[in-house]
Amino acid sequence: MARVVVDVMPKPEILDPQGKAVTGALGRLGFSGLAVRQGKRFEIEVDGEVTPDTLADIERAAETLLANTVIETYDVRVETEVAGTVDEAAPTAQGGTDHPGHDVDHLNEETGA
Amino acid sequence: MAPRIGVVTFPGSLDDHDALRAVRVAGAEAVALWHGSDSLDGVDAVVLPGGFSYGDYLRCGAIARFAPVMDEVVRAAGEGMPVLGICNGFQILCEAHLLPGALIRNDVRTFVCRDQGLRVESTDTTWTSRFEVGQQIEIVLKNGEGGFVADAETLARLEGEGRVVFRYTGGNPNGSMNDIAGICNERGNVVGLMPHPEHNVDPLTGPTLDGRPIFESVLDFLAARV
Repeated sequence: MARVVVDVMPKPEILDPQGKAVTGALGRLGFSGLAVRQGKRFEIEVDGEVTPDTLADIERAAETLLANTVIETYDVRVETEVAGTVDEAAPTAQGGTDHPGHDVDHLNEETGA
Repeated sequence: MAPRIGVVTFPGSLDDHDALRAVRVAGAEAVALWHGSDSLDGVDAVVLPGGFSYGDYLRCGAIARFAPVMDEVVRAAGEGMPVLGICNGFQILCEAHLLPGALIRNDVRTFVCRDQGLRVESTDTTWTSRFEVGQQIEIVLKNGEGGFVADAETLARLEGEGRVVFRYTGGNPNGSMNDIAGICNERGNVVGLMPHPEHNVDPLTGPTLDGRPIFESVLDFLAARV
């Protein structure tokens, strides 16, 4: 079982009242200098291996339903299990037209493997 | 025979019955339509009512937009059938790309419920011909996600083509760009607005009857068409 993660964020130019509310609450709690923008994370379980076709399907799902590209951007990436820990591979796409493969070097760098 | 105007009920629709009643008050035959149907039952116009379709899960209107009945709504709208989206219905029309832009959470971060002043900006639509341009009206507004947003190019096009149909007056209640309360498509047969005209059709329940002309305008259009 593999997992693909889709992150959806409001575009930078779009007002994010939820993020502003969280930012305000953090300030009141004493966490100063933090500015929050709030998005959504979708964890998608995939039967078997994640193939380029699977990723293309998920890209289409993100474009069609998970994100409203009028106001949001999305980011699709494969989450891979490495030595018993779960780590996330590099982004496969930004806003979704191209979908390069899984970036192993980037993954190794992050896990120190 | 009175024109038949359909009102679609989605799971979570709240104002479908008020919309059906407003249609009857205006003198049309009100036809209840179901989101899961693939037929519009031969109606002459369609209203997508307010509420919280599918619990507003994911985004307001995002799931309703893929309801089976919406294929027919999109097709009929393309052929010129009058379509009105009220509040959640407006959100659904934007998600379905029948109208440009999107509705985001109110900048005031609260649910807003009040009698809202509006200025009629366009009477060149199937739903607003009974108004006068510049007419001041008051219609109830109640939503949590009514902030209209669109990119600069889209906004300029809406303004330039006279497709802003209603604008908030007496203060912007939700951060909508250019105080926009309602817009229409290029042809003027699809109109979406955040305020609820179906609540302003009876002196018993509303401070004004300013919602009535919306439902009467479409009857004029349909009568002229036949």
